[in-house]
Amino acid sequence: MAVRAQFENSNEVGVFARLTNSYAIVAVGASENFYSVFESELQDVIPICHATIAGTRIVGRLTVGNKNGLLVPTTTTDQELQHLRNTLPDAVKIQRIEERLSALGNVICCNDHVAIVHPDLERETEEIIADVLGVEVFRQTVADNVLTGSYMALSNQGGIVHPKTSIRDQDELSSLLQVPLVAGSVNRGSPVVGAGMVVNDWLAVTGLDTTATELSVIESVFRLGEMAPGGAGAGPNKESIVESFY
Amino acid sequence: MSMDLDAPVPMVAMQQEQAISATILCCNCGAPIDGTTSAGALCQDCVRLSVDVSQGVQREATLHFCKDCERWLQPPTSWLVAAPESKELLAICLRRLRGLSKVRIIDASFIWTEPHSRRVKVKLTIQQEAFQGTIIQQSFEVEYVVATQQCPDCQKSFTHHAWRASIQLRQKVPHKRTFLYLEQLILKNGAHKDTVNIKEAKDGLDFYYAKRNEAERMVEFLCSVAPITSKKSQELISMDIHTSVAQYKHTWSCEIIPICKDDLVALPIKLARQLGNISPLTLCHRVGSAVNLIDPQTLQTCEVPTGAYWRSPFKNLSDVTHLTEFVIMDIEPVGQSNGRFFLAEATVARASDLGTNDKTYFTRTHLGGVLHVGDSAMGYHLAGTIFNDDNYEAIENSHQYGSTLPDVVLVKKHYARKKKPKNRAWRLRRMAREYEEEAAAASSAPAAPTKRQEQEANRMEADFEMFLRDVEEDQELQQTLDIYKARKKAQMADQMEEDSGSDDEVPKINMDELLDDFDDLKMGDE
Repeated sequence: MAVRAQFENSNEVGVFARLTNSYAIVAVGASENFYSVFESELQDVIPICHATIAGTRIVGRLTVGNKNGLLVPTTTTDQELQHLRNTLPDAVKIQRIEERLSALGNVICCNDHVAIVHPDLERETEEIIADVLGVEVFRQTVADNVLTGSYMALSNQGGIVHPKTSIRDQDELSSLLQVPLVAGSVNRGSPVVGAGMVVNDWLAVTGLDTTATELSVIESVFRLGEMAPGGAGAGPNKESIVESFY
Repeated sequence: MSMDLDAPVPMVAMQQEQAISATILCCNCGAPIDGTTSAGALCQDCVRLSVDVSQGVQREATLHFCKDCERWLQPPTSWLVAAPESKELLAICLRRLRGLSKVRIIDASFIWTEPHSRRVKVKLTIQQEAFQGTIIQQSFEVEYVVATQQCPDCQKSFTHHAWRASIQLRQKVPHKRTFLYLEQLILKNGAHKDTVNIKEAKDGLDFYYAKRNEAERMVEFLCSVAPITSKKSQELISMDIHTSVAQYKHTWSCEIIPICKDDLVALPIKLARQLGNISPLTLCHRVGSAVNLIDPQTLQTCEVPTGAYWRSPFKNLSDVTHLTEFVIMDIEPVGQSNGRFFLAEATVARASDLGTNDKTYFTRTHLGGVLHVGDSAMGYHLAGTIFNDDNYEAIENSHQYGSTLPDVVLVKKHYARKKKPKNRAWRLRRMAREYEEEAAAASSAPAAPTKRQEQEANRMEADFEMFLRDVEEDQELQQTLDIYKARKKAQMADQMEEDSGSDDEVPKINMDELLDDFDDLKMGDE
């Protein structure tokens, strides 16, 4: 299922939220509208955490996580870290990492199995990512952009990349990630797909400006709404469905 | 049937080809497009529909046009001449559009409009970067409304009594040489720029100004170039008794000392003593902001400051119209010099006496540097003249100076030339001015010019010719003026005449020093 939402007049929902298969983190806003979008979809399924990171609301850009763990930058306060530990499920490992590129959401893009990271990330960070998130780490760029987290949105079902990504790059990334990828945009043509939306295996939240075409691309590639057994996406013919968007 | 079977084959091939290149769907319409080359995530049709690069550019504007002088306003204040549908007018049109600086202009052209419609239409093609790496080109029309507005110059000329200040410049001498020289100085320094009007009056000129300070500046300028005394007076036009704001018309009466270059001057003896005890019979050799006199017998020079002159005014004894031609029979330098003057003792004879008698005169002259035996020189013949002048009488009667009076005072070298040489390679600019009296006469009788007017014109022409000769002969004078090359047609004529020319000795102005004429440049452009 894909829904449109807006955080205080901003369409960049990926900036203000982090969504994984086992938890969601939502920034503390002036109103609860944004939070209630998540609440209506995820209540009683996974915990939703109201949080700030280093006192800011851009939690989606500063953190990175999947169902196994959560990485927060070194600027996170002890209080915030404690709050996250209290709210998130016990199975989720939370780790604060010292990394020069502190906007972890911009430089790391991951699902529950693989992560595509900024080529300049420190080796220690790479190891921590592998340990905490339980993923295989690849240093890659998306359409010649080093900010993989900004220009790519990824779930276990599929991924969407910067609209200027060539077919060759898409094939290369797709073979690394072992999920189908398409190039696309969100928020009426915005290329920052990572910051413009959040996605997990059954829900995508995009900016309010996202057009019907964009939304249909997102629903198809992330196989949202087909998750029921026997859905169109299940089975060996998924490749052909993705190709039909080309 | 066979054709039907054949047809689909290429269609499929084409679709496959398209499928390879298209990577994303247009975010607006869902059409498959190649994301690597597209503008943002939009297909070309959507870009065309949704992006308007000419948004910031005006589609309507106003042009201001002065009907009287047919010039166009180039804001803020300049008025330019531009023919309809000319590139100059296009430039004016484009400058009127706000927001055009942010886009790149590819093309601009006029669309023909009926002149009476008072509309000018311009078709513009512009380019601008809409997205990163995507340039959009767009064409549109701009309509200009031609509004009429009188330019300040025309306003001035069409308004009576627009002046607030006037300068009445006078010199009480029978010729116009000083004014001709002043005209050139004013032209060179652009001192006439602010004038509303310049009128010629008896013995001088009237300058009119819209503001008092402009007139004051002109008076200052005149004081710096000519020996002038000025007197200011003002006339009350209106006064607001509540605010004590008064409107005045200011008038400066300026008088130039009536002594010109080459005039013979008899100083009052008392004044001569004050001026370095110079011999009182002197020659004026230069007029700047003061009058410079030289005693040709001793080369002693003195300067008569304007203030000193007006405390004890004196008239000239004789002027250039009374010069007589002399021939140098013998000349011997004395060895004394002062600047460009070299003292010499000369024996001269009147040119008119040459065939009739052997009467010669002995004199000392300051022209030792330029005169040689056989040359002609112009001079004042004192021995044969009776002057009706108190100062001269006093000199004659004085014990000290009475015996030193020479028979002849030589003034300048004389060059034989034609009556009216047409072949000057240079010319001077003239100022346009109104003839007050003539204008009045013309309104009453627009018939052929009267005899008086004709005489006036002839005298004016003679004065101008004399001034031109002065310029030719005096290098110092040349340096203070702007001298232009003569028009081409005139030059052609004088080249044809050159072989018949006889005045080789006449000094000529170096062609390299001449300025190109403005008019000529314009002709060349067209």
